[in-house]
Amino acid sequence: MIWLQTAILIMVALGGLAVVLTRDPLHQAVVASFYGILLGLMFFLFQAPDVALSQIVIGALALPLMILLALARIRRKRERSVP
Amino acid sequence: MRPLVRLGLFLVSTAVFAGIFVAALFDLHPLGHADPLSATYGDLVNSLTVPERHITDAVTAVNFDFRGFDTLGEEFIMFASVLGAALLLRKHADESAGPPIDKQQGRQITLASDAVRLLSVALVSPAVLFGIYVVTHGQVTPGGGFQGGVILASAPLLIYVSGEFHSLRRVAPRWLVEAAESIGAGGYVVIGAAGLLSANAFLHNFLPLGRPGDVFSGGSVALIDLTVGLEVAGGFILLLLVFLEEVLVLRDPI
Repeated sequence: MIWLQTAILIMVALGGLAVVLTRDPLHQAVVASFYGILLGLMFFLFQAPDVALSQIVIGALALPLMILLALARIRRKRERSVP
Repeated sequence: MRPLVRLGLFLVSTAVFAGIFVAALFDLHPLGHADPLSATYGDLVNSLTVPERHITDAVTAVNFDFRGFDTLGEEFIMFASVLGAALLLRKHADESAGPPIDKQQGRQITLASDAVRLLSVALVSPAVLFGIYVVTHGQVTPGGGFQGGVILASAPLLIYVSGEFHSLRRVAPRWLVEAAESIGAGGYVVIGAAGLLSANAFLHNFLPLGRPGDVFSGGSVALIDLTVGLEVAGGFILLLLVFLEEVLVLRDPI
């Protein structure tokens, strides 16, 4: 168990770094989604299944989707202002 | 600011932060050993939930009973933020809604692959079933209104991913989603007020507690789970709908 917990902590640290180092917002949404799954796994391994359940859906699904939709909205706004 | 100065500032502040951070790490309790105070609290909660509330999931007992008032506040934070998003993305006076028409006529549109669409359609009913299960079993196993509500909200998302935006609008019309969210949020307050009437305490657990481990256990906690599930599912679907309407249904300046 301790090895699994250590492994997931290292993976979460690397995942956070990957999210920060991804500069393009579109790519960042996808990387953040994977990071959300890692966080969910971490909560599960540290015996917090209640938090893990919400983290997987919010972090891996809802948050990236909101980012993607917001990006689509911004892009449309730009297309509209440039005739 | 010159890049060199900026780099220097970054390195200095990072070094200071790292020093404090590492020093703080040495003060942590070893993994798996909580500090005595919170361990006492945890043991207390674990020993109380089954005899006092007939709830086998301590987290749900804490969230919806022992500190139910705090959760009510958290729920209304979410209610207010969804309301804010819907307000920001409303149809403005200088916009007209219409069917989605591609501005760049004649371009190749890549649809989602058959595998993705088939998988999303196949996952819709398991998502609904699992969501209902998690909402209704919050007092027995990990999960509850919030987790189940979010899982329920992923079902319309799957319908959208499968390329059926019009089915999504039929399955989850705006009025229904708004009603679900409001009834869910209001229901929590009504249950709290019922506790006030029956025992002079807001959110007092006034229903029969049932048998521990049973679906119908935990008294009013089971009911609160249902209202929170409704509120969260409604809130997230509403968020999805307002964003999709903004992005997909073209709104052009008149």
